[in-house]
This record gives sequence, C-alpha cells and structure tokens, in this order.
Amino acid sequence: MSQNTLNIITLLIPALPLLGFFIHIFFKNKISEKLAGIHASMWVALSFVLSLVLFNQLQSVEVIHVQLCNWFSVGGLTIPFAFQIDHLSIIMMMVITGVGSLIHVYSIGYMHGDEGFNRFFSYLNLFIFFMLTLVMANNYILMFVGWEGVGLCSYLLIGFWYKNQEYNKAANKAFIMNRIGDLAMLFGLFLLFQYAGTLTFDGVNESVSRIVPDENMLTAITILLFIGACGKSAQLPLYTWLPDAMAGPTPVSALIHAATMVTAGIYMIVRSNLLFSLAPFTLEIIMVVGIVTAIFAGSIALKQNDIKKVLAYSTVSQLGLMFFAIGVGAYEAAMFHLITHAFFKALLFLSAGSVIHGLGGEQDIRKMGGLDKRMKITHWVFGFGVLAIMAVPPFSGFFSKDSILIAAYHISPVLWVIGLFAGLLTVYYMMRVYAVVFRGDERMSAEVSKHIHESPRVITTPLIVLTVLAIFGGLLNIPHLFGGNKMMMHYLSPVVPMDEKHMAMNTEIMLMIIASVAIFLTIYFAHLKYKIKKTVPEADAQITGFGKVLNHKYYIDELYNAIVVKPLNMFGNFLYKIIDLQVIDGFVNGTARFSAYCSSQLKNIQTGAVSFYLFAMALGMVGILLLIILM
Amino acid sequence: MFTLLLILLPIVAGLAMLMLPQQQAKQIALIAALATLGVTVATYFQFDPKAGTQFVTDVPWINMLGVRFHIGIDGISMVMLILSNILAPLIILSSFKDNYNNARLFYGLMLVMQGAMNGVFVSMDMFLYYIFWELALIPAYFLVLWWGKGETSKITFKFFIYTLFGSLFMLVAIIWLSLQGATNSTDISSVYALQIPAETQLYIFLAFMLAYAIKIPVFPFHTWQPDTYTFSPSPATMLLSGVMLKMGLYSVIRWILPVVPDAVNEYGKIIMVLAAVGVFYASAIAWVQKDLKRLFAYSSIAHVGLITAGILTVSEMGLQGSMVQMMAHGINVVGLFYVCQILYRKFNSHDINAFGGLRLNAPLFAGLYLVIMLASVALPLTNAFPGEFMLLNSVYAVNPWICLFAGSGVILGAVYMFTSYQKVMLGELNNKTNSFTEIDSLDKWVLIPIVILIFVFGLYPSFITNISEDAVKGIIQIYQTKIGVSI
Repeated sequence: MSQNTLNIITLLIPALPLLGFFIHIFFKNKISEKLAGIHASMWVALSFVLSLVLFNQLQSVEVIHVQLCNWFSVGGLTIPFAFQIDHLSIIMMMVITGVGSLIHVYSIGYMHGDEGFNRFFSYLNLFIFFMLTLVMANNYILMFVGWEGVGLCSYLLIGFWYKNQEYNKAANKAFIMNRIGDLAMLFGLFLLFQYAGTLTFDGVNESVSRIVPDENMLTAITILLFIGACGKSAQLPLYTWLPDAMAGPTPVSALIHAATMVTAGIYMIVRSNLLFSLAPFTLEIIMVVGIVTAIFAGSIALKQNDIKKVLAYSTVSQLGLMFFAIGVGAYEAAMFHLITHAFFKALLFLSAGSVIHGLGGEQDIRKMGGLDKRMKITHWVFGFGVLAIMAVPPFSGFFSKDSILIAAYHISPVLWVIGLFAGLLTVYYMMRVYAVVFRGDERMSAEVSKHIHESPRVITTPLIVLTVLAIFGGLLNIPHLFGGNKMMMHYLSPVVPMDEKHMAMNTEIMLMIIASVAIFLTIYFAHLKYKIKKTVPEADAQITGFGKVLNHKYYIDELYNAIVVKPLNMFGNFLYKIIDLQVIDGFVNGTARFSAYCSSQLKNIQTGAVSFYLFAMALGMVGILLLIILM
Repeated sequence: MFTLLLILLPIVAGLAMLMLPQQQAKQIALIAALATLGVTVATYFQFDPKAGTQFVTDVPWINMLGVRFHIGIDGISMVMLILSNILAPLIILSSFKDNYNNARLFYGLMLVMQGAMNGVFVSMDMFLYYIFWELALIPAYFLVLWWGKGETSKITFKFFIYTLFGSLFMLVAIIWLSLQGATNSTDISSVYALQIPAETQLYIFLAFMLAYAIKIPVFPFHTWQPDTYTFSPSPATMLLSGVMLKMGLYSVIRWILPVVPDAVNEYGKIIMVLAAVGVFYASAIAWVQKDLKRLFAYSSIAHVGLITAGILTVSEMGLQGSMVQMMAHGINVVGLFYVCQILYRKFNSHDINAFGGLRLNAPLFAGLYLVIMLASVALPLTNAFPGEFMLLNSVYAVNPWICLFAGSGVILGAVYMFTSYQKVMLGELNNKTNSFTEIDSLDKWVLIPIVILIFVFGLYPSFITNISEDAVKGIIQIYQTKIGVSI
C-alpha cells in the first residue's frame, strides 16, 4: 500500500466519527432517530475496519507517521498536528473503535425513544474522535487535546439528562476532579519540556536515552504525570467522580467509564514507559497507589446495592490492578489487563443495562432476583462476564490477572499475596451481584414483574459478541506455560522493551494453582451465602458496624466536602466579603476620604481675614531667614 | 496612511455622529466600525511581520517639548489592532436590540474610544501615547456615568479618579524620561536608547506599573473593576474588558520592559507574584458570586493576572503567550458579557439562582454559551488553550510555586464556570424562566462569529504568533542587551 493511501486511511479513522458529530450538529432536526443511530454507528464501524487495515499494514512497517501541519511553535517548542501509529496505538484504536461500535449499536436499542436520542449519538461520536486523537497523537500536547476532549464528552454524557440537577452535579464533579489531575499533568509537561527540550514522543524518548538521567527531575516529571493519570483513571485520591459518573446512561458507563476513557491514564504511562522506568521511586508510588486503590474500591463494592455502583467500584479496583502492574514494571501485563477488562467490563455494564432496561429502570439489586429464567440471554452473557472478571481459568481475566500476579511475585511474594487478595474481593462481590440479581426469588413488584422482558436483538447481539471476546480474549497473550508465546508482549516490544523474567516452571504452576484454589474457595463461600442461603442485602438502615462504613464508601465524599470544598468556599466568601470589600476597597476608599478630609481641613485656612494672611506671611519670612542663617 | 486612518476614521465618525439623526445612530456606528475593520484587514494584508515598524507617519509636533506625531505599526501593534477592530463592530452589533437614550452620543463616544485605543496601540512617541491613553478614558467615563445602572456617579467617580491617579504618575515619569536624552524627546527610539541608572529605574518602573496595574487590573489594585463592569451598560463593559484593559498589558510590553529592564529584572517578580496570587484570589471570589456579570468580572481579573505574570517572565514563551491570550480573552469576555446581556434583557437581572432550565427552551443558546464557557476555561482546540499553555509554561520556568497560584485558575475556573452554567442553563424551568425563548437571528450574528473566532484562533494560534514573533523578539533582545550592559 502506498504511503499516500496509508496517510489517508490514518486520517480517516478519527475524521469519520468527527464527521458523524458534525452531521448531527448541523442536521439534527432533519435526521430521524433510526437514521441517526445507524449512521453514528456506521462511522465508528468504518473506523474499526480501517483500523484493521492499518493493523494489517503494521506487520510490514513498524510505525506510520502522518503530519498535518504545525499547531503552534514558540520559544523552541513546536507542537504539530501529527499522528503516530505504532503497535501500542493500533491496539488501543482497535479496542476503542471495536468496543465503541458495539456500544453504538447497543445504544440504538437502549436509548430508543429518548427525546435526546440524536444528541446522545452526537456526543458518542465526538467522544470516539477525541479518544482516537488521544491514542494516535505523536506528542504530549495533542494527546492532551484528546485527554481533555474525552473529559468534555464525559461531562456532557454524565449530565446527559440535564433536567436532573443531581446528574449535573455529578458531571461537574467529574470535570473538576479531572482538572485537578490535568493541572498536575500540565506541570509535568512543562518540566518535561525543560528536561527534554521537546514534547513529541519520539523526541522525548530520544532525549531521555541521550541525556545522563537526572533522577530527581525524572521523578518529579513522572509523579506529576501520574497525578494526571490518577484523575483520568480514577485512582486514590481522585477517584470519587467515577462512581457518581454512573448518572450517565448505561452505554456511556460501559464505553467511557469502563472500557476506554478511564484507561487513558494507563495508556499515557505505558506510552511514557521509558521515562517511568528511569524513575524507580515513582514506580513504587504507582504500585502502592494502585494496589491500595484496588483493595479500597473492592471493599466498597462489597456493600453497594446499586448494580452500576458495584460495577463502577469494580472498575476503580481493576484500574488499580493495572497501575499495580505498571508499578511492578509489567507494562505489557497492564495493557493486557486493560484489553481484557475492556471486553468483560463493557459486557458486564451492558448486560446490567439490559437488566435495568428490562426492569423499567430499576438499579437496586435488592429489588431484583430470579432473572435467570426471565432474561435468558442476559443471564448467560452476564454469567460469562462474571467468570471472566473473577479470573476463573480459562476465561480472559484469568490470563491477564495471572500475568500481573506473576510479575508482582518477581518483586516480592508479599505483593503476590496482596494482589491475590484484591482479586478475591472481586470474586466475592461479583458472585454476590450475580446471585442476588439472577438467582433466588423475584423481589420486584408485581407491576414491574409483569413487564420483564428479554432485550431486543439490537441489544443482545453486541452482548454476544462481547461475550465471545470476554471468553477468548486471554488468547492474546498465552504464557509459555501453556505453550503460548506471549503474543501481545512480543507485539508491543517496539514500544515497551521486553523484560521477560524467567521463573521456574514449577513455581509458576504452583502459584497458579494456589490462586485458582483461592478463587474457587471464595466462589464457594459467596455461593453458599448468596445462592444457597439466598441472603438478600439488608436495607440501608439495618447495616451496622464496618459494613456501614463500606456502604457509605468510607465517608470519603463527606470528608472531601468537609476538608476541601466547604473550607475553600468559606475562604472565597471571606476573601470577598472581608478582604475585598472591606480591607482593600476600604483602603482605597479610605485614601479618597482621607484626601477629602485633608482638603476640607485645609480650606479652613482660607479664612478671608487679611490680618491672618499677613501674620502667616511674616511667619514664613522669618522662617526662611532663619533657614538661610542656619545653613 | 493606514495608521492614521485607523485612528481618525473612528474618531471623526464618532464626532460626526453628533450631527446625524438619532434613529440611524446604531447603523452608522456599525458601518464606521466595519470600515475600520476593513482598513485593519487591508493593513494586515500589506503588513510584513519581518519588516519592523511599518506604515509610519512621523512629523514634528510640539517642538519645544521635542514631541513628535509619530505613529506606526509593528507586530505587537498589529495584533492589538486586529483585536480592537474585530471586537468593535461585534460590540456595536450586540447593542442593536437595546435602545440607549441619546443614541448618537452613546455610539459617538464608543467610536471615539475605539479610535483613541487604536491610537494607544500605534503611538511611537510617549507623549502622544499618553494623550491617547487619557483620551480613551474620557468616553469610557461618560458611557458608564450616563448609561450605567445603580449608583453610577459614585462608581464612575472611583473608576475615573483611580485610573487617572495612576496615569498621573506615568505622566511624571514620561516627563522625566523626556529630559534625560541629549535633546528633549519622547520618541520611542530615544526612550529605548536611554541608559537609566539601575536605582532610578525603580521609580520609573513604579510610576508606570501603578498606572498599568490599575488599568489591567492587577490584584490588589482591582477594586474599581467589579462594580464598574457590573453596572456599566453592556457595550461599555465589553469595550472596557475586551479592549481597554489590554492597553495596560500592551503598555507593559511596550513601555516597561525595554525602558526599565533592570527594575523589571529586580522587582518584576513582585508584580508577578501579585498577579499570580490574584488569579487564585479572583477565582475564589468568582466562585461565591451570586451575580453572573460580577462573576465574569472577577474571572476576568483572574485571566489577566495570568497574562501579566507571563509578560513579566520576559521570555518569548511568555510574551507570545500573552499576545495569543489577549486576543482570546478579548473575544471570550465579549461573548460572556453578551450572554449576560441576553439574560438581562429577558429577566432584568443577573442573579444566578433565579435562572434554571434555559437549555430546554433554548438549545442553541445553551450550545453557544457552552462553547464560550469552554473557551474561557481554556479547553484545548479553543482559543484560550495555546495562550494559557504558553503563559503557564513560561511562569513555571521562572518558579513552579508562582505557577501553582497562576495555575489554580485551571481548576477554579472550571468550578465557577461549570457551577454557574449548571444553575443558569440546566435543570428544570421555573415559572420565571419558562417564558425564555431561543435566541433570534441578531443574537446569532453576535454569538456565532465569536464561536467561529474561538475555533479559528484555537486551531490556528500561529496566525497571531507569526505576526508578533519578530516584534516580541525585538523587545526581548533590547531587554536582555540592556541587562547585560548594566551588569
């Protein structure tokens, strides 16, 4: 294929969804609902096909560069509008457009009849455009364009039903918390520019390998970038926006808040792996933040009763595991888990959406139950999703989690145990959700029960495709142990240098067996409690002890409100009412009043009495004479 | 000739307005402003960024004082002229639905103000520059005084006295400077050539900086601004915030950096810190405002604080960033104040909490307001992002902690903009707001060009940096040479 054709294909991939967005914007009243859904999905599907073409081409060439023009150029910093498609980008592109088009199709059914149907698809198209920009950019600033752009779409979609001010607040919260991370990230980029003298990926990598590493500088840069990632990928302490983001329609939760956008932080760090590998201290921080987030969010998920909230905390937890993988230096394991997670978490969210759809909008798992017979397909696909996320062999999650755990074991067996524990939390809360929603007795009202129905084909078909991916996704990176050759790790090697540590095969088998036994035991206990004993989570008021703390998410939102939001707001009020209006303006007005006072006093001297003037004149003359004599 | 035309066309048109009928005042003013824009565009096409100061008119004027009528356009002036003359017609158009008493005087004053501001941007003689500087203030004063709301006499008096107070120090400094050379001269070339002792520079610096800090305004010299912006008639607010305050920023670049570089080198950081603290200060205050127009007024203090801080880094990044950002701020602030005006026409109020749900009735308005708001918080691809990036980058290179204050606007800007947008546009309609209707074609003629400009300069900031690059480098070179010389 000629260079020209490649360039055009590359440009078309982000351009098509953008075109879709513009069609919605300019012809929004002229397009019927049906046409809107179809053409929006079509652009993304086309992008997916073109991504496959590029993937195929990337067998022969390693990287495709496409330069459009310069964006700005000032003081030695040149930022081009330019794309760079390498093995890392193309994987992300296929996930984004692939999962993205499935979710578009699904949304045609899910959003059917919503008055904002066309608007919804325009936002989704715009999101795909920005997400593609994020992963295709050849420099940090263009990546930042995508980075903030997806944040905007996330804001628009969380607050999609904008009549509800609670949803709008959630949308604002997401945007603002992301901005905190973004500011840190900008600072990181300023520092990186000082250090490397450029902000293109190639340029930075080249400089970094050329300059003698300045570890303090690199640590500062990478920590700042990581704070940015914490905002976007919902890690401690900036994660609280993600559970609230569930206010958006369920396809949005699946696409943006599970499969793609929230993984941008992982992508950014993997993209910058050369920098991070030179900053071991930062990697340790990432490891700790990742695993603590994984356990913290996983524990909250144990006591949530909103099906989407459980999945949201589960996402935070799984993202934590990916950061943990990065922290132990296993970038390719993080990417691997990112992909399998995109499959099974999108599947879980979408099938949860199917449940919510079938129950007429109900999200509380306590009001569900016994759905396995009423929604057969949804039940099966959700079940496979659960198996995958629980890391039951041989489903996809098993392989990706296993590769993270093995990498952790290389650093220390203790980390392996902690990582496994985080995984077991997942097993427990997922079993709980599965059993409470699909098994046991029906607990919904008779009215709701009457209307329960399996979702239409337009919803179930994408679910089935995702199920296949969630089951077989692990094949992407089969370890040597099972006769695989770590395909993905090799594929990523031009971007992420291969650092394959060898482990005695016996140890590896042992670890795998112990982990699997632990998983099955946990499944058994959860099964016992929620399936056999048919335990239903208690009403909020009855939760006591530590369970209450978990149910209230460790009171983190309340804490942030009390120590950040309220004080800052009060400080703003203090600055306004006291400092601004009284002190500063008081001083300004005081100066004016003072001069007015002086002049009013001085005017008293002008008495009009000639004798006083003469007296003053004489006094003055004497004074001057005295001065002359004394000088 | 172009230069002279850019000053005289609006001023003469403004004075001529007084003899023309009241009914057509708006239309005539718009035509005059468009004609000025036309001249600006023509100037731009003949302008060569590499050729220094162009379109020069330089004739002796007041020989006794050595004052010359010296005007010309370099890259920095060109950018300012584009800003001023793009905004003027938009601002006049934005007032078409409002009927101001004695319209010909109202629009006449606006045109005179525009001409005077153009004069400020092209004067290459300090005395001439000072005359235009003060000339611009007079129409502004009357616009606020006669057409403002509330206690205008008190507010305008403060605005007038405060800014005049600052400029008087500047006048003294200009006179002092004129006496320093071999022959009396206030020409830019002789002022730039002066080698002022480092100790003396401080006083000159303070005198100039006071005038500019009040005009911009830089914290803590800003207290005239919120009242003035809030109570001024909408077009005056737009002229003040969109163009007039840029006179201050422009003057820092033109008359402080190359003239008193040692003082800037020594004490500029203090102003930088004030400006950066002002970003946080004004943003925090904007957050607690209940009046939308006042909120935008405080947000403007935050934005210009960042520009000031960037200028005082005296780096290419900072100065170019300031050029890009002045343009962006001008466009966005006019957009924001027009949003206020649309609401005010309908509800006679700017009370944020009284609105709600407007998006339901006016999706297009909501969309345009959203874009302007996103530009105001410097989302990438909008006009404010490249500038903000450059400015923060330049401040960061000087000191990360100052940058933390200057950067706090990135977060707090999102806080106050998004919360106020939420309260005004989103949610359910209430019985007061459900009569709100979609904006009409005139509103579109104002807001859509603004949105287009937002994306044009967001995607193509090089349009501005290409124009100003050489001039900015020239200023920096003079600055650095002088610092090097006196060390």
